[in-house]
Formats: sequence, C-alpha cells, structure tokens
Amino acid sequence: MAGIDQSKIRNFCIIAHIDHGKSTLADRIIEMTGLLTSREMQSQVLDNMELERERGITIKAQAVRIVYRAKDGEEYIFNLIDTPGHVDFNYEVSRSLAACDGAILVVDAAQGVEAQTLANVYLALDHDLDVMPVINKIDLPSAEPERAIEEIEDVIGIEAMDAPQISAKTGLNVENVLEQIVEKIPSPTGDPGAPLKALIFDSLYDSYKGVIVFCRIKEGTVKKGTPILMMATGAKAEVVEVGYFGAGQFIPCEELSAGMVGYITASLKNVKDTRVGDTITDASDPCAEPLPGYKKVNPMVYCGMYPADGAKYPDLRDALEKLQLNDASLQFEPETSIALGFGYRCGFLGLLHLEIIQERLEREYNLDLVTTAPGVIYKVHKTNGEVIELTNPSNLPDPSEIEYMEEPMVKAEIMVTSEFIGSIMDLCQERRGVYDGMEYIEETRAVLRYHLPLNEIIYDFFDALKSRSRGYASFDYEMDEYVQSNLVKLDILINKEEVDALSFIIHADTAYERGRKMCEKLKEEIPRQLFEIPIQAAIGSKIIARETVKAMRKDVLAKCYGGDISRKRKLLEKQKEGKKRMRQVGNVEIPQRAFMSVLKLDDK
Amino acid sequence: MNLLELYIHIPFCVKKCLYCDFLSAPSKEEERQEYVEGLCRQIRTYGALAEVYHIVSIFIGGGTPSILTADQIILILEAVYDTFAVDAEAEITIEMNPGTVTKEKLKAYKEAGINRLSIGLQSAKDEELKRLGRIHTFEEFLATYRLAREMGFDNINVDLMSAIPGQTVRGWEETLRKAAELRPEHISAYSLIIEEGTPFYEMYKDRCTDEGHEGNRSAGKELRSEEGTGELRREGIAELPGEDEERRMYWRTKDILKEYGYHRYEISNYALPGYECRHNLGYWNRTEYLGIGAGAASLMGHRRWNCGEEPVTLSRKEEMEECMFLGLRKTEGVSKERFAAEFGCSMESVYGEVIKKMCGIGLMEDTGRFVRLTERGIDVSNGVMCEFLLIHMESDPQSGSTTS
Repeated sequence: MAGIDQSKIRNFCIIAHIDHGKSTLADRIIEMTGLLTSREMQSQVLDNMELERERGITIKAQAVRIVYRAKDGEEYIFNLIDTPGHVDFNYEVSRSLAACDGAILVVDAAQGVEAQTLANVYLALDHDLDVMPVINKIDLPSAEPERAIEEIEDVIGIEAMDAPQISAKTGLNVENVLEQIVEKIPSPTGDPGAPLKALIFDSLYDSYKGVIVFCRIKEGTVKKGTPILMMATGAKAEVVEVGYFGAGQFIPCEELSAGMVGYITASLKNVKDTRVGDTITDASDPCAEPLPGYKKVNPMVYCGMYPADGAKYPDLRDALEKLQLNDASLQFEPETSIALGFGYRCGFLGLLHLEIIQERLEREYNLDLVTTAPGVIYKVHKTNGEVIELTNPSNLPDPSEIEYMEEPMVKAEIMVTSEFIGSIMDLCQERRGVYDGMEYIEETRAVLRYHLPLNEIIYDFFDALKSRSRGYASFDYEMDEYVQSNLVKLDILINKEEVDALSFIIHADTAYERGRKMCEKLKEEIPRQLFEIPIQAAIGSKIIARETVKAMRKDVLAKCYGGDISRKRKLLEKQKEGKKRMRQVGNVEIPQRAFMSVLKLDDK
Repeated sequence: MNLLELYIHIPFCVKKCLYCDFLSAPSKEEERQEYVEGLCRQIRTYGALAEVYHIVSIFIGGGTPSILTADQIILILEAVYDTFAVDAEAEITIEMNPGTVTKEKLKAYKEAGINRLSIGLQSAKDEELKRLGRIHTFEEFLATYRLAREMGFDNINVDLMSAIPGQTVRGWEETLRKAAELRPEHISAYSLIIEEGTPFYEMYKDRCTDEGHEGNRSAGKELRSEEGTGELRREGIAELPGEDEERRMYWRTKDILKEYGYHRYEISNYALPGYECRHNLGYWNRTEYLGIGAGAASLMGHRRWNCGEEPVTLSRKEEMEECMFLGLRKTEGVSKERFAAEFGCSMESVYGEVIKKMCGIGLMEDTGRFVRLTERGIDVSNGVMCEFLLIHMESDPQSGSTTS
C-alpha cells in the first residue's frame, strides 16, 4: 500500500434523487471493476443493512475501494462512498461528501431533475466538489435524455453535454462513467509528511475489534502504533490496525496516507469517544487546527421511546449509544413517563429518520418499543421573559405563565404534475400551509411552494402527499423561522387520569378534531375491562371530546369439570399473560399498540 | 386420617351431545365390560392409601355412567369398598341420563350404597333438547325422576343449561320453574359454552363477531356476540343468545330458585339447605381427591395430575393461587382463617393490594372473615381470578428493574 501515487486515487460519491438509481450504479461499478464476480453480486452491495435492502433505500453511508485499469493503461484506485438520498439524511450525505473530492450526479432520464437532486448538488458544491453528471435509465421507454441534460444545464447550471448516458441496470455505457471518473474527478491533495489530519466520516461498533473508525486522511500518515488523539472529544488511543474497504469486508494494510480513505481500529471501547466529524491527529505530533468538520444538523422531530418491557431500559440505552456512534444527528436523553416508565426523549432529523431508528432498534437490537407522538421544538415565551425550548409536551408551563408560543415553519417545495395541483393545494391548506407561489418547470409539471408548520408535516404528510398524487408528488423542505402561533396542549385522560405519554402540542383550530379522533381510536384499541372507562380529550380543564369503553359484561367460565383445575389455571394464566403486555395506568390496562395507534390517524 | 374424595370416570354415552367436549363416546358392550374390569383392577392397586385416607365422597361421572349395567356398577363399588375405608356418611353420587335407567338399576344403585343421583335434564323444552342433541324428552325425564323418587332416592340433583341455541330468557325461566316445582334437593345451572372441537363450535364459530381484544379473550371463551347471532336464523340454525341475554338468564336463575327455597352456594350450583354437593365443594376447598378412569383428574398431597399425565408438584405460590381462584367460586368466599392456617401467613400479606383494588371497583367484598365475589364480580370472575395469580410478578414491567 505504501507509496501510492496520489494522482492515481479518486475519492468520490454518488448523489441522486431517491430512486434515480444511485445504488444500482454503485453495484455496477463494483461489478465491472472486478471486485466481485457477478455471481457474488447481490443487488445493492453497499446497502448491507437488512432494512436498506428491504426499503430499497440507503440509510448509512458506505464505502468501498476498487481498482480500475483505465484505457490509458494505468491502474487507479477508486474510493466510492455511497450516500443516502432522502432529505432526512442530509447529514449523512454531508458526511460522505466531506470525504470526497468529486461527486457523480445521477439523474433519471425519465424524471429529470428533482427536488432532492438540487439539494444534494448544492451540498456537494458547498463542499467544493467537482460534480460529474450521469444520465441513467436510458433503457426506459419514457427516457428523455436530451431533456434531462437540458434540465441539468438550465436548472443546476453545470455542463452536461458529454454526460454518459447509461443504464445502470443493464450495464450499458457504464465503462464511460469509469473513464470519466479518471478524467473529471480530481485526485486528492495533501502532504503525507505533514502532521496527521484525518476526518472521521463514519464508524461502527464491532464486538471483536471495538470501534472501527472510517476516515479520510487529509494530511500526514497513520499506521499501526501511531498514538492518536480525537481533537473534539480529547480521547487518546494507539492504533491497532489500519486498512481499506473491500466489498463488505475490511482489508488491513501497512499505512494510510494523505488522500486515502480507510479505517482505523484503536484501543477504543467507548462509542462516545469517536464522534463522526471529529478530526484525528497524531498525539505526539498534533496538527495545529482541526478540520472544519461538516454542517452540524440539529434534530427537528422529537418523541419519547420506551422499552415495552421496563427491564430492557439499559438495553435501550446501549442500543441508542451504538446507533449514535455513526449517526450523530440522533440525540437522546433520559425521561420518565407516568404511563410508560423509564425511557428516552429522542431527537431526529425527520419522521423517516425516526422510523428508521425505531426499526433498527427493534430489528438489530431486538427491542420492543413504545413511542409517543412525535413533536417539534416549540419556543415558549413566558410572562417573566424567559424563553423555553420545549421538546416534551409534559414540560409545558402552566398557561397562566405563558405569554405566547412559537412554532417552527418550513419552506416546502412540492413537485407535482399539473393534474394533482388542486388536491395537493387542498392538502397544504388543511395543514395550515401558506401559499408562496408556483412555477411551471415545464408544461405538465410545477413546483408548488408553501410555508408549512413543521408539526403539520411530521405526522403523515408524506403519505398523504403520495396518496393524493398517486405517488407522483415529491417533496422537499428546508427549515424556516419560528412564528407565533395559537398552540395548545391536548391531554388525554383515561379513567379521569391524564396519560402523559399521549399529550401533545397542537394548533387550537385543529385540536378539537384531533382530540375526537384520538378518543375514537383509543376506544377501539383499549379492551373492555372490569369497569367502565371514560376516555377524554382535554385542553386545560376543558373536556373537548369523550368516548367510553364499556365495562366487560361477562367473563365467566362456569364449568370446571371433574376437578380438572389445570385447564382452568391455563385459562387464567393466558388471560394474565395478555394483561402483562399492557401498560397499567391507574387501574386501566392499555395495550402497547394503543400508544402507537394514535400516531397514525387516517386523514380520510 | 386424611379426607379423600373419589371420582370415577365412565367415558361412555348413548350418543354424544352437540356441545359436549368431555371424554365420552358411544361404545360396544364388550368395550364397557373391559373398561369396568380395568377400573376395578386399578382401584385395587390403591390399597396402600387406605392406611392414610378415608373416603368422604364418591362421584361416578361421565359420560353417562347409567349406561353401565347394574352388575357393572356393583362391581366398581365393591372394588372401592374392598380397597378403601369409606365413611358411613359418605356422599355417593352417580350421574345419569333420562331413558338409561330402569327400576332394577336404581334398586341396584341403592343396594350398592349410592345415595345421590344427578340427572341430566338441561331443558324442559323438547325443541331445545333436540337442538342440543340430547337423547330424551322432558316427559322421559319426568318418568325417570318419578321412578327415582319411588325407589326412595332423597337427594337428587337436576342439571340445567342456559343460553342454549334458540333459548329466550322467558323460556329459561319456564325450565327453571318446571324443574324447581319437582323439588329436587339440588339444581346445577350452567350456561352453555361453545367449546372448540364440538359440532356446535363448527356451527357457530364463524358467526360470532366478538373476537374482542387479546387482553380479554380467553381460551374457550364463549363465542358470543353482544347482539347474538341473528343472521343464523335465516339459515335455519337457532341463534345463540347474546352476552346480555345470557347474563340476564344467570341473574334470573338466582331469583327464581330463591322463590322455591334454593340458595346459590357456588357460581353455578343451587341447593335446598343442607343439600350442597359435598363432592363439588371439595374441589373448591382443595380437599384431596383421587380420579380413576380415562379422563379423571387428581389432587393428592401437593401433586396434581390428569389421567395418563405426569404429576405436577404445586409450589406454595400455586397453592395460594388455587386457594383463591377456586375458593372464590363459592358464594361464601375464601376464609381468611383457613388461608392463614394453611399457608402460615395472612391473606392480606399476599393479596392485600389485589383485594383492595377489587373491592374498590365493586367486584369483591371483604366481610372481615371472608373475601368473596359480588354479583358483578361473578359476571367477570375470570378477570378477577386471574388477578390472584402470582407467577408473573417478577417480570412485571411495573416492578421490574427500571431503576438504572
């Protein structure tokens, strides 16, 4: 490995709108450079999380090193870093970009430039990357490569005339992409002799090796035995192994020097020591300044997460810590709920991020979770001048102490074909959106712009959007300022007792409707019990909706024949077992899924 | 000497009723003879028990034990008397169905020491009997009943069944009155439960909407909707009374039988004063019992077993649980004194919280000496009884290790 000529290295990533074929192109590049035979190829090689393959999306950034013999007869080393496409994972994209020198922009020949295409290109340009466009899916009957090229040049403003026109699916023209990588992506710079300066762009925890740090060496050289220092966390360790990324495996090597992408393992056991975005340097010869890191992204959506089994609380903490290791955008802190016991208030980039984390906790860490209604950060201006950033509705001060409240807004861009404009506008109206203009990109497609409250889009906005446009609308948003809003806290009382886990902040105009729906849903989900249970929605002391779960009329088995008690016992045990899976609030047993059911109240 | 109850199971009947999920089937004469001989041999193997136990009650149940010949019954009881010390006062019951007994059989029963008859009537309405797949009419029952009285039996139980297909509350009341007017010493009134594996289950399983929630759905739970199964009428299948009707029938039972001097001493059993079934009460009081025969269950020492299965040793916890959930079937409830005597700790120290909670929501009452179910508590007795299970407490999320 030693002495690799920097001019023969290309560090790049692939960016694209979701579904434009980014992961497929990555698969093809890997296959064509012979890293894997096609027999070994599994679709979406880089997406090795079960969840990623299932959903067909990329969640975590992934890296792989490949060797390509170019037409000029030279061998080049490609470090390909895969990136996620969804808006919630901007942070991950940002991380990947920081490790690269260039980016391949994949554009669907049939769909052209989409909202996410733009967002990712801007991110790449922010990182001073050279962007190299590729037109994909030209094998589709609906492909219009010329139009896509035009859009790239007009909308994004980068040259695309000689962009390779390919089908990543069939492999058509993919070799052109490889050649252009050599030609158009700049080789890395940096002095291998300078003090070590390496950027952590990802990490994972391995039960044998401990923490494995993925990094890009900007300056200097690192090898086994180098004493390293994490500049932000201050953690020190000695390097145990360095290496690069094979397909799905780690290949050790002698050293990593400026311009290279690889991994480091060190005697690091604590996941908190290696923060993604931090700079690694040589403890004995530190660099003067850390790297700028990358755009810090703050969570926008919060919810409580509780283990279904209270005894699993420490397991939940461990799992969250491990996930946070390579997902710095995930935040959590302990909280206690009267209804749900001990858990964590977690912060996410968006609802998809929340769902992904929840699913990963459930699948990879085998945890059974109860989550509370997601909310955003509200600013509560108190009469005494104090301003509270509220993430948990339970912490809302008494209304008499509140001067006014503010909620975060987003600027949303919805790209939609003209036939659905009406129904999408209706949807935005219902969600308290304020119209901010519309532009036709072409005859049949328009971009709708709205100001929307963030708390209106974190529930099921995306689903509603898709269902009202038969899946055609795409949606992107960016955070905007906070605005004053008539917000109230809606409480749910079950058997006259407030269930803190079900409280949430909502606009006064929609509170009644939502309260009613929640009561109806809870009535469906809470089984009849030994006594009648009122379910009420309240704002302060005012009840705005009520349903009643009638008392169980009858639950008696008359016969117990010939002294066969074991049968009776089994029956009672089964019944008791059913109760165990429920949450006890006062005298009422509430099934776990009742807490979840109120998160998805169908619109229609 | 310890008390022991004996249960002898006769798994034969003329024809299986449509609701029956007990171990019972029609049979040939040779099979029955072979079975009886086997029973006798088995009884005689328990000789050693006679040293420690004396028998306080014997119950010959089925199936339809009266399907056996007089000689076969005599054979069985002879084996019992040869083997065990049976109290002179012991309650000795045989179950029978109308139409399966003759004067000769009854005479033989009497001579063999049987002093209590339990006759399966179920309903005083022939169309209901037919729907249940019973083999007799009400008239035939009357004949059997009168014959039994003539032969001098002065302790007779009549089995009745409520909530059967096509039954109305009024119809049930008529059955109750017709039975009570005959003045049997004891009336058992069970409500029909549609059990899996029976023809009724196949008939009614798809029609019932009350799948309910997992939490309160129980094994063997009745397939009853709140509203009954109205649509069945169109298909010519009698509808099942709904949950509410079923409960009304239950409540009326107590009131009507009271008019005739019967009191309810257990969830489904009524008796004239002094005629409570001792054998039945023994189960709820956890008196030891030995079951002999194909489908019999036993409780001896700290061990429970069903015929052909490995005995299970009950832990102290399990015995406490049983003491409560079995004892609560009795209307007098569970005696705190007996609980303390058996387990060496007070009932409050184990169940104080549950009792308080159940009393608080009106499902139980604490008389000071006893705890028992209220009328409302009886309606939902499974829900109350399962509160008395202790076994899952350790992993209960509320008390689990949530302190870290």
